[in-house]
Amino acid sequence: MSLYHYSIEELVKLLHKGDLNAEETAKMSLDRIEEVDDQVKAFLTVNKDNVLADAKKLDESTEPKERLFGIPGGIKDNVMTKGVRTTCASKFLENFDEPLYNATLLEKLNKDHSLMMGKVNMDEFAMGSTTETSAYHPTYNPWNLEHVPGGSSGGSAAAVAAGEVMYSIGSDTGGSIRQPSSFCGVIGMKPTYGLISRYGLVSLAPSLDQAGPITRTVEDNAYVLETIAGHDALDATSVNRTIPKYTDSLQKDVKGLKIAVPKEFLGEGVSEEVRESVMNALKMYELLGATWEEVSLPHLAYADAAYTVICNAEASSSLARFDGVRYGKRADETEDMIEMLKTSRGEGFGENVKRRILLGTTMLSAGYTDTHFIKAQQVRTLIKNDFEAAFKHYDVIVGPTTPTEAFKIGEQPSNEVMHMSDVLTVPVNLAGLPAISVPCGYTDAGLPLGLQIIGKHFDESTVYQVAYAYEQATNHHKKRPDLGGAN
Amino acid sequence: MAKISKEQVLHTANLATLAISEEEAEMFSNQLTEIITFTEKIQNINTEGVKRTIYGNDNDNVLREDKAIRTITQEEALKNAPSQENGQFKVPSIMD
Repeated sequence: MSLYHYSIEELVKLLHKGDLNAEETAKMSLDRIEEVDDQVKAFLTVNKDNVLADAKKLDESTEPKERLFGIPGGIKDNVMTKGVRTTCASKFLENFDEPLYNATLLEKLNKDHSLMMGKVNMDEFAMGSTTETSAYHPTYNPWNLEHVPGGSSGGSAAAVAAGEVMYSIGSDTGGSIRQPSSFCGVIGMKPTYGLISRYGLVSLAPSLDQAGPITRTVEDNAYVLETIAGHDALDATSVNRTIPKYTDSLQKDVKGLKIAVPKEFLGEGVSEEVRESVMNALKMYELLGATWEEVSLPHLAYADAAYTVICNAEASSSLARFDGVRYGKRADETEDMIEMLKTSRGEGFGENVKRRILLGTTMLSAGYTDTHFIKAQQVRTLIKNDFEAAFKHYDVIVGPTTPTEAFKIGEQPSNEVMHMSDVLTVPVNLAGLPAISVPCGYTDAGLPLGLQIIGKHFDESTVYQVAYAYEQATNHHKKRPDLGGAN
Repeated sequence: MAKISKEQVLHTANLATLAISEEEAEMFSNQLTEIITFTEKIQNINTEGVKRTIYGNDNDNVLREDKAIRTITQEEALKNAPSQENGQFKVPSIMD
């Protein structure tokens, strides 16, 4: 039996009826991890003993079964899991074995009786787009093991694509849910900033970070988001509003829906295959009764620069908490306190993390704050305004999620490709908007491509509706990577 | 055009409480110069009178009742400490 054969709702039905129990679904997930994870390497920590005990407890309980009863999920390793090692894929937190609390989103998943199968790999402190900067090991793309899964939530996307879990949680500061979802042929949702509590999500850039679900289908995704969304008193940036039933919006058709396609999303660096797959998707939307028009959001071309300044400035501040005093890496044999702090951080952080701390600190130091940091925050406003203007006339904004298919391991993409990668994903974070990546085809070499659908603030319902209509009209989501074993 | 010297990198590393080697300082000097130069394309945009966006949304003045709640115990707080003594975090000397 394989998790691939079910949607979350189908599995929930069987579990609620008692045709399956939580211990069996936990074992289905563990068996698949056993079977393929030495190839994919999505997991940093498999929560085997705990999860089997948890599943047994759920099965023996006489309480009513909740909506994610027995559903196996994977959690990105920058989400706090009480008593389960949380490393952010950094050596600094190698021995952080006893996190004291659960992130709010995990509390919500637990309350709905989901199973936490383990912690999945990522770029160190979520800084990267290939998962190669993990201090432990890279993760490999399930569709072709010579390629990266994307990042920073590469483990989250790969674990779902490989059928190891039914869903996973990723985090997205500048594309880190959507880009790996595109590379791995799965559905990744970056919700509106403030929809999901960030309490217990280790901060990279607090004004940009947002967690979200990665799944094999749009319906599964909407289902998981219903559990993890909602206000939390422990996160002052979480927003207090009624959470719609996203799964109810799926069946609505897209007749009369207006789609905008920014020409800035199809600039130099976007491959022919990607361009073609997006054009085919737009044709499909026409057949389904929607209309689309090309528009211009002129400041998008500057989004990568503004993002680089803002994200790293915030990151340098976020990472100041890693001091080797209360938890984490402590350098040996240092003379005094300051040397201990410096050496612990110098030894515990990887090269990429150091570079970003130095870059961010520079942006916040005299001579740069006004000209670079504040300027970037003003440009952020202009990018937000561009989106607002477009959303006065259109329901959603559509484009590719990534300019190309997944890179080869170790490959250094061209400057044009890197520029377009950022231009496609970071504007959404700067503006705090919701956006999803949904599979929209495969390259000749068999690597998945993703379509990005961006919605208005807190309009996840329309984003899901538009994604679902396309998914159901195509067969892209039915393909699976061939990793051997019980496919 | 920004040129970040090796000395500037070492100074910034000091501000960031981060130990780096001479070789790293050399490498970061080149890389930061390149990255900062790239970000300077935003200098061409007219932002006169444009308000800055600082936060992810417009939530402000988020208040709660001033009520004591129990969070973690002293014992729990020390669970992950690299070094401790008498129920406290232990660090090397701060002053001579």
